[in-house]
Formats: sequence, structure tokens, C-alpha cells
Amino acid sequence: MMVEVATEPLLTVDNLAVHFAQGGGLFGGGARVLRAVDGVSLTVRSGECVGLVGESGCGKSTLASAIVGLQAPTSGRIVIDGIPLRSGTTDRMRLARTVQMVFQDPYASLNPRRRVGELLAAPLRLHAMGDGKEIGRRVADMLRRVGLRPEHANRYPHEFSGGQRQRIGIARALILEPKLIICDEPVSALDVSIRAQIINLLVELTDSLGVATLMISHDLSVVEHMCDRVAVMYLGRIVESGPWQRIFERPSHPYTRALMAAIPDPFKPIVGRRAVASGDVPNPLTPPLGCAFHPRCPEAMAQCRQAPGPELAAIEPGHTTACWVAQRALIAS
Amino acid sequence: MNPATGDTAVLEISELDIALAGDKGPTQLVDRVGFSIPRGQAFGLVGESGCGKSITALAVMGLLRAPLMRSSGQIMLDGRNIAGASEAEMRKLRGRHVSMIFQEPMTALNPLQPIGRQIAEMFVLHEGATWKEADARAIEALRHVRVPAPERRARDYPHQLSGGMRQRVMIAIALACRPKLLVADEPTTALDVTVQAEIVELMATVCAAQGTAILMISHDLGLVARMCTEIAVMYAGRIVEQGTAGDLLRAPRHPYTQGLIGAVPRLGARAAGGRRKLAEIEGVVPAPASFPGGCRFHPRCSRATGVCHTDVPLAKPRPGGGVVCCHHDG
Repeated sequence: MMVEVATEPLLTVDNLAVHFAQGGGLFGGGARVLRAVDGVSLTVRSGECVGLVGESGCGKSTLASAIVGLQAPTSGRIVIDGIPLRSGTTDRMRLARTVQMVFQDPYASLNPRRRVGELLAAPLRLHAMGDGKEIGRRVADMLRRVGLRPEHANRYPHEFSGGQRQRIGIARALILEPKLIICDEPVSALDVSIRAQIINLLVELTDSLGVATLMISHDLSVVEHMCDRVAVMYLGRIVESGPWQRIFERPSHPYTRALMAAIPDPFKPIVGRRAVASGDVPNPLTPPLGCAFHPRCPEAMAQCRQAPGPELAAIEPGHTTACWVAQRALIAS
Repeated sequence: MNPATGDTAVLEISELDIALAGDKGPTQLVDRVGFSIPRGQAFGLVGESGCGKSITALAVMGLLRAPLMRSSGQIMLDGRNIAGASEAEMRKLRGRHVSMIFQEPMTALNPLQPIGRQIAEMFVLHEGATWKEADARAIEALRHVRVPAPERRARDYPHQLSGGMRQRVMIAIALACRPKLLVADEPTTALDVTVQAEIVELMATVCAAQGTAILMISHDLGLVARMCTEIAVMYAGRIVEQGTAGDLLRAPRHPYTQGLIGAVPRLGARAAGGRRKLAEIEGVVPAPASFPGGCRFHPRCSRATGVCHTDVPLAKPRPGGGVVCCHHDG
């Protein structure tokens, strides 16, 4: 574990919004705006693992695309390693050396026509990191680090199992020695017996290399296992964030509690146990008025159903929540 | 037949073999699988991709199609052998005696028909109801699976519903004629986690209330343990361990079951005992064409010895009930 105290976080996301215009155009009609990411602020310090939790459509993957420069933000600011990210003027080569991504589907994210050795050597060559011999040495070394053998460099991606492909995906992300990797659901597509191998590998590699991680997942038990800090997202906004102990021991937002209750505890029968959240995730095109979670929330009060919705506020040092009920309870105590 | 009660099981599978026909001869995908489900009980079949759990479910529904084929074994549904039943006979049984829900509700529903009609069809086809009567019962069926404003929802098309709602509609269709057995193949895998919990609870509660037994197919041992009385764990086409849900989780005997339980991080474990390395199962899930000889788990097993390479382990009784297939048990 890194104990380096940096004055400036490695990654700062400040009030970021990514909106998509939907409809309108040719046949007229009012264009609607999908607020995929709507005012998100987040920091990742050097060597730290931050978990970003939420269900499909909450905007977590859009946020990841914006951080790696694949998606232009509508407004807000992203600063990585002291350099602000601006579309057009960003030094993409430098960005690639600073932040890399591990994708969910190891079948779709590797070029099937390239040998593994070429997949790993290409970035090194592009960034002129050493001569041919040096590059070969680095590729072999990286393959060993992710639990593969140097001779695997001569094979194509289809010759590997899902778990091995995800090892290749991790090797590709780490080969340029970035300071931050963004892992978007890195184990969701893998078989249960393979997941543990990949989780252990990620924990061990990021610790030993001192790489910071933004871990995107819908699975709270994986996030609890891996992360130092956790942010919970719902419909484009962060609704709770804090150190992992606080989030898991004293979750304050009803949505965080619903996510935890949703994880099957094998020792408790389910018949007759009503879920904590009811109903489905709303359509992000027409988010509910006020707190976006109120239609599913068992604790919703009148204030939750009207605009403006709750903003994030600290309920203890480092632990913030965007919930009127939790904030009111704090004032009352 | 249960000798203690004299009651027949709702589903009894014995020595079921399923093979995939190919140019180089058949590949055996399911090997001598057998289990039985008592009336009204929930039974879980757990395993990873390619272990044969889903095609076992298809065999129960009589839905195996070439190149898949049942090469031997019996499937007794509600006292009658359906292995070898004709398509016409199976059509009469599906819906009334056994029904199925799939992982992806969008592909299982007709996109061109309102959902109310798709439920009503069950009453018309299987119970001879008139359409008017059936439409009214469809609304009741929607209410039963807790769809809000069912009168209005019945006129919606599948694309107008969320994933969770669609799966509720699937449950309503599957349970419309109160079948004796519901086969659910990964019914919540495509849903969001908070919706998953709700759907599983709904399915378990509605089935328990009307006495429908469940054959639950899943890769998620935790989820299955939560809703089933008994669980069988499959690996590479064979059942490797079977027992009551609680006992199998608390005291797994087979190294694969132990591995599956240890490989999953448990919520609260880090807070209680710090971060421990997750138990890994070495290696990869084998492909059916290259299933290893002897015990099929031996290349990934830390206990494996010579006998595991050569001999198929026989089912031995477990101390807590059920069976385990391992040379090194006990």
C-alpha cells in the first residue's frame, strides 16, 4: 500500500456533466436531453483505489469515457496529474501514458488479428520506450507479471480463455506504466471460479506497482474487497461517498443500503423478504423530480418529491451523502 | 417415488446423458445426471458456463433440438416419462405442468403483441377460456406479480416496459396455469442488482403460495442457496455434490464447491477480518470436447492424486445428507 501524500490528487473531476441530445432533428419535436453524468465531482489520489458503484444507466461508464478522453464533457473540469483535459488541445500521448483502461469484455476489447506480443509491444513502440530488444524484454516481463508465460506472446487472443484474455487486457493497460487505471466491470463477464484469480491479480499488481485504480462495478462485495474509498452513483449523480469502512459499516443513503441488501446472503432465505428498494431504475430521459431515488425509496418524505433535489453534504469527515432524510437526522441529533 | 411418504416427486431425472452430434462423432455434454424435486420445493442447479445446467433444463422442457440429443436416461415429470415424448405431447404439458422463464425476457416475449394478450393466450390455449374471460384473468395475473396499474399495463408492448417489468410478465405467463414445476434459467442475470433481489423474492413467494416447484439454474451459488431447499453443483457435465442448501454452504465437501464459495468476496468480510486473498481455483473451465478423464476436476484440484486421473469418482453419501463425488472425501 502506498503511503505517499500528494498535495494534488492524481485525478480531479470537478462538477462534470456529460449530456446527450436525444430526438429532435429531422422531424422537429423538442429534443430531449439525457443527463448521463450530471454534476459529478470525484478525486483519486496517487496509489489509491476508488470504487464507483451503480447500476446500468447510472452514468458510471460515461464518466470513465470522459476521464480517458473518449467522450467530450458538456461542462466541468477534469485534471489528471496536474494537466487539465481539454478536447482538441490535450496531449493524447501524455494522457495515454498517465491513464489506461481495462474493459469488461475481454473478447471484444482485444484485436483478434494481432498476436498478443504485438498488442503489448505496439504502445511501447508508439511511445518510443526502448529499442526492439528492450520492448521484447518488457513484453515478456509484463506477461509474467499477469500470470502468463513469455511464449504466449506468439498466440492470438482467440487461443485464450476469458480469464486469460482479461490478464492480457490488464497487461496492455499496465505496459506503459500509467499512474491510473480505470477498470470498468473487469470481472463481470468472467466465470465465478475465474473472478477470484483476476481480483487477486488486480489487487497484487496495483499494490506492488503503486498504480491508482478507479474501479467501476455494480458489485458491492467486489468493491468492498478492493477499494479504499467508494462513491455510489444513481442516475448521473453521486449520492454517497466516503472511506470504505464508513460506507459499508454505516451506509447513510437508502440507495446504498438497497444495493447492499440486494447482495444475496446465502445464509438467509428469501421467501417473504421484501426488497429494500422497490420498482425499477427510472428512465434517465425523464428523471423523477426532486431526489431521483424517491419513487423507489422506502423512507421518502414530501420534501424528497419536490425540486430542488438534495446535494451532497458531509455527515461526518470525508463521508458525504445526498439524502434529505440522512441530513435531517444529522441536524436533529 | 419417495418410500417414506409414497408421494411421487414432481420431477425425477435419472442417468440423463445429453450429447452434441458432430462430424467427429458425438460430444457428451451431460453425463449421468440425476436428481429429483419433491412437490412444491425449490431445487437449485449451480455451475459455470458450459457445465451442462442449461441443456439439462431444456431437456426437462423437451426443447432439445438437433444437434443436441438425449442419448439415454429418464425424465419423469409428475409421474410420467417425458424422455421420448412427441412434440404434440410436450405441447400439452408445457404451460400446464411445466413452464420456463429465460434469462433475457425481451427475446422471450412477442414484440408485436400487448403483454396482456400474451398472458391471456395461456388461458385460451390451455384452459379453453374465452378471450374476454382470459383478458380479465391476465390483468389479475399481472396484479399477482405486483405490476402496478395492471389494467393499463396489460395494453403495453414489451418495449414499453423495463427489464424488471418484462421479467414479471414472463413470471405471470409461466405461472398463469399454475404449473407443477417452473424451470428458471438464470432469471435475474440480465437485471440490475436491486431489481434482481426483488424478482427472486417475487418468484419464490408466488411459487410457494401456489405450490409450484422450482428448478432454478444459476451460476450464483449465493442466490440459489437463498431460495432453494436443495442444491446440486455441476462441473463439466456431471453433478459433483448435492445436498441441502444450508449444509452445502456451511460444510461443502467437494473441492470445487469449496472453491466456488471461497472465490467470491463476501460483503462484510473485509470489515470483520481485514482483506484476505480470495481463494482461487487454478486453471480454466474445460471445453466439452476436452473434458479430462477420471475426475473431471482433477487438473484444477489441489487434492488430486493418481486415482483422480484414471477413475470417475462414484457418488458417496455426505455426512449432512446428499452426495459428493470425490475420491478424497472423508
